[in-house]
Amino acid sequence: MDSALSAAISIAFHGTAFAMVLYLVSVGLSVTMGLMGFVNLAHGVFAVAGGYFMTTLIFGLGIPFYLAVPLAVLAVALLSVPLERFLYRPLYGASDLDQVLMTMGLVFMSVAVGKYFWGPTAQPFYPPTALSGQLEFGLRSFPAYRSFLIGSGAVLVTLLWLGLDRTRFGAQIRAAVDNRRMAQSVGINTSRLFTLAFALGSALAALGGSLGAEIMAISPSYALDHLVYFLIVVAVGGLGTIRGPFVAALLLGVSDTAFKYLLPEFGAFFIYALTMAVLLWRPRGLFGQA
Amino acid sequence: MTELALETRALCKNFGALAVASEINFSLAVGARHALIGPNGAGKTSFVNLVTGALAPSSGHVLLGGQDVTRLSQAQRVKRGLARTFQINQLFRGLTVLENVTLAITERHGFAGDFLRAAGRRRTVIEEAYALLERLGIADEALRPVKEIAYGRQRLVEIAVALGLDPRVLLLDEPAAGVPSGEAGTIIDVIEQLGADIALLIIEHDMDLVFRLARRITVLVQGAILVEGTPQEIAADARVREVYLGEHVHHR
Amino acid sequence: MTTSRQTDVVARFSRRHRLHPLEALPWLLIVVSFFLFPDYLALGAQILATTLFGLSVDLVLGYAGIVTLGHAAFFGMGAYTAGYLAAHGVGAPVVGMIAAMAMAGAVGFLSGLIILRAQGLSILMLTLVVCVMLQEAANKATSITGGADGLQGMEVAPVLDLFRFDLYGKTAYWYAAIVLFLGWLVARTLVHSPFGRSLTGIRENVARMRAIGTPVFGRLLTIYTISAAMAGAAGALIAETTQLVALNAISVDLSGVILVMVIFGGVGRLYGAFVGVPLYMIAQDRFSEIDPTYWYFWIGLLLVIVVMFARGGVLGLMELLWQRLPRRRVR
Repeated sequence: MDSALSAAISIAFHGTAFAMVLYLVSVGLSVTMGLMGFVNLAHGVFAVAGGYFMTTLIFGLGIPFYLAVPLAVLAVALLSVPLERFLYRPLYGASDLDQVLMTMGLVFMSVAVGKYFWGPTAQPFYPPTALSGQLEFGLRSFPAYRSFLIGSGAVLVTLLWLGLDRTRFGAQIRAAVDNRRMAQSVGINTSRLFTLAFALGSALAALGGSLGAEIMAISPSYALDHLVYFLIVVAVGGLGTIRGPFVAALLLGVSDTAFKYLLPEFGAFFIYALTMAVLLWRPRGLFGQA
Repeated sequence: MTELALETRALCKNFGALAVASEINFSLAVGARHALIGPNGAGKTSFVNLVTGALAPSSGHVLLGGQDVTRLSQAQRVKRGLARTFQINQLFRGLTVLENVTLAITERHGFAGDFLRAAGRRRTVIEEAYALLERLGIADEALRPVKEIAYGRQRLVEIAVALGLDPRVLLLDEPAAGVPSGEAGTIIDVIEQLGADIALLIIEHDMDLVFRLARRITVLVQGAILVEGTPQEIAADARVREVYLGEHVHHR
Repeated sequence: MTTSRQTDVVARFSRRHRLHPLEALPWLLIVVSFFLFPDYLALGAQILATTLFGLSVDLVLGYAGIVTLGHAAFFGMGAYTAGYLAAHGVGAPVVGMIAAMAMAGAVGFLSGLIILRAQGLSILMLTLVVCVMLQEAANKATSITGGADGLQGMEVAPVLDLFRFDLYGKTAYWYAAIVLFLGWLVARTLVHSPFGRSLTGIRENVARMRAIGTPVFGRLLTIYTISAAMAGAAGALIAETTQLVALNAISVDLSGVILVMVIFGGVGRLYGAFVGVPLYMIAQDRFSEIDPTYWYFWIGLLLVIVVMFARGGVLGLMELLWQRLPRRRVR
């Protein structure tokens, strides 16, 4: 009985940490797909880029973790601007197929670029000393870094939600997601909005990728390996929503951890089956607009 | 008692608190020339969507030739003689004019599911399509892709596709919409020359067209029928004039 | 009263399905290659099998307009079915092929039943999920599939008990060529039939198709199932000619790559796979001798360029050039 409870707590803990990372990476994708209607299979590239930049800053330039992460995030956000302008924008009205293909091309390229500059193996990740080791919570101890992930994840999510609900920028995004043409006729500069939203989404992805390197290792095939999970979080959560993917990420993170622990011989099979069931029941996602 | 070509009984459609159709009892006689008018947002296109099955009603019934088709899909209703055109052209833009019409005729004949014999072998279908195009005066552009021809002529293709289905009930949603006034005449002529056995319902804003083509008019306001009658009755009706005061001035 | 103009138009329209001399070209090339490249017959057989796979994708993508990121599910099902049978005493290739097609077709039918009612993006996601689900199943069911190590112990018998699979790949080559030919016949007949034309209509404007009485779901399910069976045949071909089945046969990666090959060739033109697959695979074969790691960089770059500037692929570019050529315009 006691070990079952212990296992449950462990699954909940690790699942939530995983969920936080998934959410941080995927929320930007939800905005891109919901706002610009763009099927962006290359979203994971921004996440892994954040991870790569962070690793280079830490190991190549000796910059401490707390500085390396924001710098990496900033670098990715800046890089995303010309990408949006020259590769994504021309395809905003294009067919799903075109968008899928273009972003698939970007993913292929990123795999090769990662391998070329950083080698084929996964990047090492060592959390800073203050965040390593174990934390004691009464009778149990939890890995400190993952506790940090959950904590900082919660803070970031709250900031994000507040930002979306309270700021003008957030209101503009919500309006444009709801009805793009109306938003334009009300005077919202949608192209600038898209660029900013895209940069924000990419920055969040980079944040998720770099912070989450402990759970999802930074390797050249990152964007491909985790693509399905990012898409599941967004599709199940509901395109264009901010809260939906959070719930979906929690469901996915915890059930993935649970299944891999309790039924490892089935792997992620049930996750995929459940995803199908949810998508068939609610094609727009759990919180998607009808 | 002559059977009605089309009938709706207590047809309702609600989107939450918004009622786009309230208790619509509508009837279309065989061979009718009927117009549906109303201010913007009255629910005219929604009504057409409810009748054709593109939209499912919240309650009520749709009857085609006396038979309840409320549960039938769009495609099934088409098989029972219902055809429509769209307010904004819904054509196969990348395909040729002739192809657009042959698709409809092939479906009607029921061999669209055939995957063995080449489509080209069915000359009767192609000849029928061509004859239809000739009747509508667009045969000279038969082999051009739809997206390359003038909008007014595309509108005629839209009607040709619907006619290719040999319908008993034809719903035309603003047939002259978006067409430059010089080309609208052809469309009106085509409509006037439609067979007497086809029951016609036209949605229109253009009052000249309405009074020229319709023998009966229904006025729809906010999802409900305001009044129904002959063109003279409708023109004289004070309520209609009130509802249209702004509209009418605008359309002149 | 028929005018000469009407006869002319009707005649032109109804002749579209007639065989054009250029259509003999792929088969000519296939026969000639056998004699010109005797050392590359094994690769040739793989190219032929993959072309069949690409053809199945083109049917669904280029004609019905269904964007699928998971067609390798059917290819892999076919490969594993043929492989499993060969590893358990049923080595006759034709039997394995038929079983593979039945299995893949069944999976196609069932998954189509579930996912084809969805729209646009949902279908994309669902095709992806089906594939990754089957990939995971193949990965974990090691007793059946061999898991990550691949299917072991395949023993493929001679084709029709007559033609043994030789080391040079001669039997493999002709076996694949004949199966591809049959598949091509099916595809070509389909595409030119009223059914095929209606698929184009569905792709162009599904709302209009419903409004002319087309049972859209039924048509899509039919082509999806046929395409799945065809992909399964291609999978069986690979399994039988290489005597190997591994996880990559059922992977999302392969689903993506086959999409790329068909796009490069040109979608919706029946011959896109015939152009794109050999180009890709031969280039990959050459490139892997120079630098295997960075193949994907160039493919990715090419893909981005093709999408931005040459959407119709090779065949599309050829069409554009053909239209630009000065020639008498017959109206």
